[in-house]
Amino acid sequence: MSVQLSRPAATVRVPARARFRAFVDEVVTPSAAGYDRLGAIPPEVLDAVSAAGLWAAVLPRARGGTGTGMVDFGVLHEEVGRGCSSLRSMLTVHSMVLYALDRWGSPSLRERWLEPMVSGQVLGGFCLTEPDAGSDIAALRTTARPSGTGYQIDGLKQWTTGGQCAGLLLTFARTERGISVFLVDGADPGVTRQPVEGMLGTRASMLAHVRFADCRVDADALIGAEGAGLGLAAGVLDIGRYSVACGSVGIIQACLEASVRHAAVRAQGGGPLRQHQLIQQLITKMAVDAQAARLLCEHAGWLKDASDPATLAATCRAKYFASTAAMRAATDAVQIQGASGCGPEADVARYFRDAKVMEIIEGSTQILEMLIADDACQRLGAPMTGGGTI
Amino acid sequence: MMTDEIRTELRQFVERRFAGIELTDDLDIFSLGLANSLFSMELVLFIEQLLKTQVPNQELSLDNFRTIDAMVDLADRLTAADRRQPAELG
Repeated sequence: MSVQLSRPAATVRVPARARFRAFVDEVVTPSAAGYDRLGAIPPEVLDAVSAAGLWAAVLPRARGGTGTGMVDFGVLHEEVGRGCSSLRSMLTVHSMVLYALDRWGSPSLRERWLEPMVSGQVLGGFCLTEPDAGSDIAALRTTARPSGTGYQIDGLKQWTTGGQCAGLLLTFARTERGISVFLVDGADPGVTRQPVEGMLGTRASMLAHVRFADCRVDADALIGAEGAGLGLAAGVLDIGRYSVACGSVGIIQACLEASVRHAAVRAQGGGPLRQHQLIQQLITKMAVDAQAARLLCEHAGWLKDASDPATLAATCRAKYFASTAAMRAATDAVQIQGASGCGPEADVARYFRDAKVMEIIEGSTQILEMLIADDACQRLGAPMTGGGTI
Repeated sequence: MMTDEIRTELRQFVERRFAGIELTDDLDIFSLGLANSLFSMELVLFIEQLLKTQVPNQELSLDNFRTIDAMVDLADRLTAADRRQPAELG
């Protein structure tokens, strides 16, 4: 399905981008290195995101969201990603949970959770990955057994972004009819959390391993239909992939800006680095990658706003390109800064560590290569096996 | 939208997605080893876009998307439900 971008999206989006950029430059960027060292986003920053109404960009205005559409959602996540990938990761999972709640949650769940989730009073957590299941969702072992009029959930989830503070947990579990999805109150006594520290990247995203032990939920905690978990995962992960793709564009942009600043003032060989052609080559790659990745993201967002099913494949391509380009840009940004780029205070070192995470979360590079290649072969009449990958 | 139009649109969508597929209306697309969960979500979005309505939770069973016949039946149920109570596309 082809889509014509009939207007220059970058021009149309200037007001939203300027607003998001100003917020990030004022509230997030100045202290992002500190969050990284602290291993947490301070509550006052999370409150500032709430005050700016940025938690609910995934929802239309009619249902309590900001209603700016998915292209602007992408711009927001790019700008936050430019400042702090940890905060962007928390926005990502919150958006995924909010999207699932709004799209598939029962009326009683929406009544209870929509307003606090929209305001950011309650944050969402995405509990899918387990010790023996990640990309292969079908292998997960967490169970949800019938109990009274509801379910009893037991199992261990790992690497849950925001898991230390999330109040509503989108939880994947095995039921009699297959993989199913539940929204679990984070305050349930059957939920315990073990904070994860010392991660390579997105260190401030307050990760936790989350254990469900004899966790009782009502029947209406089930979202979608029992056994529909794989399809729902595809829908929810699509939102996450889109956010990560846009956040990766933000990393590329941050690398570009840091590299240009450094190359302008650092003198070597009789002049500033920016006059050296090999440095110019590295900056050129970043500048072109930033624009290409941004356009892929805008295309995916435009398709989402048009409710076009082609958005799923477009988002895979955007995330694949943007995350791998972010890793390239961060590698080159560290290279340009040399030893100072490897130091404990170097922003580019943080971008480098965060970029690596972008190649893993919400569909690793290798999973996306399988999906994109399958899609291309199938559309061109040379089918390969699809199987159960996400 | 009439049932025949819906059937044609669904067939064209699947044939575009799997070029060269020998598609019959009772062929289980998911039994061919081609389709994955991403495709199942594409089908949900396509039907929602086609009918300008949302597939409700109780209809999200994979069995409703296995064949063109099953999807046409689903579309008929959604259309009938919308006639009774107009829904809004999310």
